[in-house]
Amino acid sequence: MQETEAVARARRDIEICNACRYCEGFCAVFPAVELRREFAAGDISYLANLCHNCRGCYYACQYAPPHEWGVNVPAALAEVRAESYAAYAWPRPLAKAFARNGTLLSLAAALGIALVLALSILTNRSASFSTAQASFYDIIPLWAMQVTGTATFGFSLLAMAMGVRNFWRDAGPKHGRIGPSAVAIALWDVLSLKNLGGGGNGCNDNSEAFSMRRRWLHHAMFYGFLLCFAATATGFVYHAFLDWPAPYPLLSAPVLLGTVGGILMIAGTIGLLAMKFTDDPVPNVRRLLGGDVALLMLLALIAVSGLVLLAVRATGAMGLAMAVHLGCILAFFLVLPYSKMVHATYRSAALLRRAMERNIKPLGGD
Amino acid sequence: MPGRQQTYDVLVAGGGNAALCAAITARQAGASVLLVESAPKAFRGGNSRHTRNLRAMHAQPNAVLTDAYTEDEYWDDLLRVTGGNTDEALARMTIRASSGVFGWMQQAGVRFQPSLTGTLNLGRTNAFFLGGGKALVNAYYLTAERLGVEILYDSEVISLNLDDGTVRSIDITYRGFPETIYARCVVASSGGFQANLDWMREYWGDAVDNFVIRGTPYNRGRVLKNLLDQGVAAIGDPTQCHAVALDARAPKFDGGITTRLDSVPYSVVVNRNGDRFYDEGEDVWPKRYAIWGRLIAQQPGQIAYSICDAKAFPLFMPSVFPAIKADTLEELAAKLKLDPAKIRATIDSFNNAVKPGQSFDNLKLDGNRTQGLTPDKTNWARAVDKPPFYGYPLRPGITFTYLGVRVNDKAQVLMENGQAAGNLFASGEIMAGNILGKGYLAGFGMTIGTVFGRIAGQEAARRAGN
Repeated sequence: MQETEAVARARRDIEICNACRYCEGFCAVFPAVELRREFAAGDISYLANLCHNCRGCYYACQYAPPHEWGVNVPAALAEVRAESYAAYAWPRPLAKAFARNGTLLSLAAALGIALVLALSILTNRSASFSTAQASFYDIIPLWAMQVTGTATFGFSLLAMAMGVRNFWRDAGPKHGRIGPSAVAIALWDVLSLKNLGGGGNGCNDNSEAFSMRRRWLHHAMFYGFLLCFAATATGFVYHAFLDWPAPYPLLSAPVLLGTVGGILMIAGTIGLLAMKFTDDPVPNVRRLLGGDVALLMLLALIAVSGLVLLAVRATGAMGLAMAVHLGCILAFFLVLPYSKMVHATYRSAALLRRAMERNIKPLGGD
Repeated sequence: MPGRQQTYDVLVAGGGNAALCAAITARQAGASVLLVESAPKAFRGGNSRHTRNLRAMHAQPNAVLTDAYTEDEYWDDLLRVTGGNTDEALARMTIRASSGVFGWMQQAGVRFQPSLTGTLNLGRTNAFFLGGGKALVNAYYLTAERLGVEILYDSEVISLNLDDGTVRSIDITYRGFPETIYARCVVASSGGFQANLDWMREYWGDAVDNFVIRGTPYNRGRVLKNLLDQGVAAIGDPTQCHAVALDARAPKFDGGITTRLDSVPYSVVVNRNGDRFYDEGEDVWPKRYAIWGRLIAQQPGQIAYSICDAKAFPLFMPSVFPAIKADTLEELAAKLKLDPAKIRATIDSFNNAVKPGQSFDNLKLDGNRTQGLTPDKTNWARAVDKPPFYGYPLRPGITFTYLGVRVNDKAQVLMENGQAAGNLFASGEIMAGNILGKGYLAGFGMTIGTVFGRIAGQEAARRAGN
């Protein structure tokens, strides 16, 4: 992590926090702050990625604007977080993707859909494209799906892994071993979103009032996403090992998982999108809104198009729905390491570092 | 603009913890309530926004307090810090009531930090608000709004017009415009006068120019003065205030907690002439920090300097300002604008006076002392010899004033003739001097504010209903 204006600004706020410590009950950030007196750029990046943006500390802060010190930890850390995504991006030249992330994601989605549509039209007789009885693989051959999916998703996984490696080198612990209990604690923090809880009371969405809305919506989106992934994996197992090709009946595992997952994803993404428009702008960074909104919309589009595909799979609209759905997924796979999705990996890594540090005594207290 | 025509059951002057407890309690009892807060919304809450905890008696451990803290121990602590400058009946009533406030506070939205987490060092005696005092104030305002308490920000009570021991009308300014309001009862919860530098100057002279006011600039003592001018009985020494050692680089107002410095017990503290002037290690810091403001206020130029070495530096909470750091004592002295030769001499004689062979323990009174100095340092005395050296400039930081209005156990304000004012109550800093006439116990101000706020709210609502 470079020493930047955003890092310096966040460090100034964090040093004020370290002299105050009133917020230490809210989340993992403040106990992590209390372990040190000096904050290298990597440490600031660690704290930035540890922050879940619940904003409890902003509303509780006696030094928040319009106080002359203007402490705004959620916004300061969000700026650093955004810079860190670019700083750790792999390969390096693609770091630019974070500069105009909303535009990039929108373009990728549009191109993804257009590409799949064009290819499926080109490779199909126009007749089967609108024939009710066509199977998915008449539209797009299975091998094509598998090759494209594996290549794009595989590259994205590699890029994200390299990103985490860069994060860990820069913002990871300087010593200590990754033990099983640290991993278990970090995993629980990731899966439960404990730190989106403001010490058990929830986030501050747009006022001093606490609310669990963001946490539940994120859970819906995240677990919905996992269910959809499980649906795809189950379908793959059925097809590859049980010799049972799609389409599957309504009460089969892939359809049930996908349907429930899709509905949860829609609820989560639309809910989170709606919150973007009612959030208090002060503890936020407006510049980052585009990428966030684009990603939420892409995820919503994946879920909606998947459910539409299920609904129309026995009709002539199947081919079109299929192409749109796969186009969205293609776009998602492509932009994965260059979107806000990377917060999942960096935050998990930051939580792991925090879990590894959990037994270190805070400085200055007793 | 149209004035407020209705006669309120209860008008609360002030917008901090005590005011909110009174307003919410009165509203819960069915009264119509108007709360008049002089600060704008962003700075609402008086000094409560800078607090963090509340001292509470309890018989056994609970979610927010460890072990037990009995009435007698609490009372002994209070007796010790006040030197008997308290009212035992009111104090014991407050102490007993402190054990029963949690349910009500939690219902009103206040959240607590679990004990045994973070860097809480008073987890046995004090319950810590999650997020601190501003979070508590936020919760109370949300609850007050939800219950239908009418809240005026940027509005100051100018005069409670007393006639024969009864408030007949209330003059306020509403966003700068004068208004007269009628209320059946009034609760005065508008704090002390420590932010009124002209008033402070009457007792402290131009030394106040070197004082830092730790809390809100809105505690100007307007209601307090207004009441004392109308024959309300005063309590507390008007010349006295709670003063701690602060980083001299603190802003004049509202610097809150982060400007305090806990370095004194592990340092050598000198005045601007380079002389030591008090035993830095007299007792554990929580029991001594509140005398250091006064000590520094009595030094030339109201400034002092805390000097320590690399051994001591990690032992205390950092202030918000970076320590001034140097590789030699002379260089440090120069950076602090002190006489290098004098500082060298003071530190040398200190180092030579440290009794050798002692074992240092920062977690207790370790008896590590100097011998033969005036004054000696009687605990945690170690030679200041390991570079780099660190220094902080210190100023007196004023937390609150002791002067207040006399009250009875129903929070009724008493007149100079000893009679209770018919419809005037008080809670919080404006009457804390009845119980805390001197010194301070961490978190006790919030206890007094909460207990008396609730009593005042209840009594005011009851009287307004009759």
